[in-house]
Amino acid sequence: MSKVYIALQDNEESRYIVEAIEEDNPDATVIYQPAMIRIENEGHLVIKRETVEEMMGRDWEVMALHVNLITLGGNVDEDEDQLSLTWND
Amino acid sequence: MTIEIKTATLEPIRNTFEHTKRRFGDKPASRYQEASYDIAPENNFHYRPMWQPEKLLNDTSRTAVVMEDWYAYKDPRQFYYGTYVQARAKLQEVTESNYAFFNKRGLADRMSDEVKSKIIRCLVPLRHMELGANMNNVLCTAYGTSTVLTQAFLYNGMDRLGIAQYLSRIGLLLDGNSTESLATAKEYWMTDSAWQGLRRYTENTLVLEDWFEVFIAQDVVLDTLVYDLIYRQFDEAITEEGGSDLAMLIEFMQEWHKDNSRWVDATLKSTVAESEHNKELIGRWVAEWQEKAVADLAPLAEIAVGEEAVKASVEVLNKRLAKAGI
Repeated sequence: MSKVYIALQDNEESRYIVEAIEEDNPDATVIYQPAMIRIENEGHLVIKRETVEEMMGRDWEVMALHVNLITLGGNVDEDEDQLSLTWND
Repeated sequence: MTIEIKTATLEPIRNTFEHTKRRFGDKPASRYQEASYDIAPENNFHYRPMWQPEKLLNDTSRTAVVMEDWYAYKDPRQFYYGTYVQARAKLQEVTESNYAFFNKRGLADRMSDEVKSKIIRCLVPLRHMELGANMNNVLCTAYGTSTVLTQAFLYNGMDRLGIAQYLSRIGLLLDGNSTESLATAKEYWMTDSAWQGLRRYTENTLVLEDWFEVFIAQDVVLDTLVYDLIYRQFDEAITEEGGSDLAMLIEFMQEWHKDNSRWVDATLKSTVAESEHNKELIGRWVAEWQEKAVADLAPLAEIAVGEEAVKASVEVLNKRLAKAGI
């Protein structure tokens, strides 16, 4: 199976998003690159609004992810509560 | 010719302060963590305070609540100065535009005299309670122990001054800037029998010495009851009577209370979960102050909303307390 991935700019806001991803996807690999954080996982990766809000301590919309987004790979399923990346088998 | 762009990675020498590292581990820390944890000095003081020589500065014995670690708390809003100011500026911007709209459209003139005088009698005098709440929260900042708590108390205290000012402005909007309503409201606060209970309660909290008891009496018990009674139930009642435009002016208080409650609940929960001693102590304080508050608020509730109003507010309080584990 291939890996899905997402890369975010390395800044104050992304840190909370990364923390949330780490909590929701314990198997994911986080790679810190210059000015960029890349997160990879086998087959599936999910970003949940609720977890990010908890980490940030304020309201957050899934759409706001795009402010810090550099690239992603995988089939995107996005709604108000989550954004998930998957590859079909 | 091909040009290869190379990137050089500069590793930071350290991720964060030593004391932050000791608490959260060696990784990049958030601004909130760096600004809030392990900041207030705890030992190696040269002098004892002259006003209380039997205790140290930041002495943990200024409250009967015992915490193994006074930094076990976390503000779910993660407010430090920067984020707090940003959040409030945002809230205030909305409120200012509401007030401007209310003024521009002359909505005060569309209210009947009965509605106006009811607002002046039941809402505007609250600004005196807010000033008491300001002093109570600032007292907690002064005598409280850890920065993670005391900063939140200070923000709460500042917010209360802001709310008192908004209440004054409601008075000014209703009386055409003559300040007459503020004088009337002060008179209600000082002499009206409906307000004497709340005034007595406020004055009783002002002379407490245990800062955590102040927090319980003010932020937990009284605020829950008053904010539910006035900003939910009275709001509904006055809307029925044709004063629905008031809602624009008190939205700040409603939003603020929702926001602040998150912190109050989290603080309460952490304290109660610490030990049986804390649980028992806080349970006793809550019961004691709740009994007083219910009796003291009853006359105001009756003129503002109706007979059953206090009961409904007590239910809201009990729900909150149950969630915190009391």
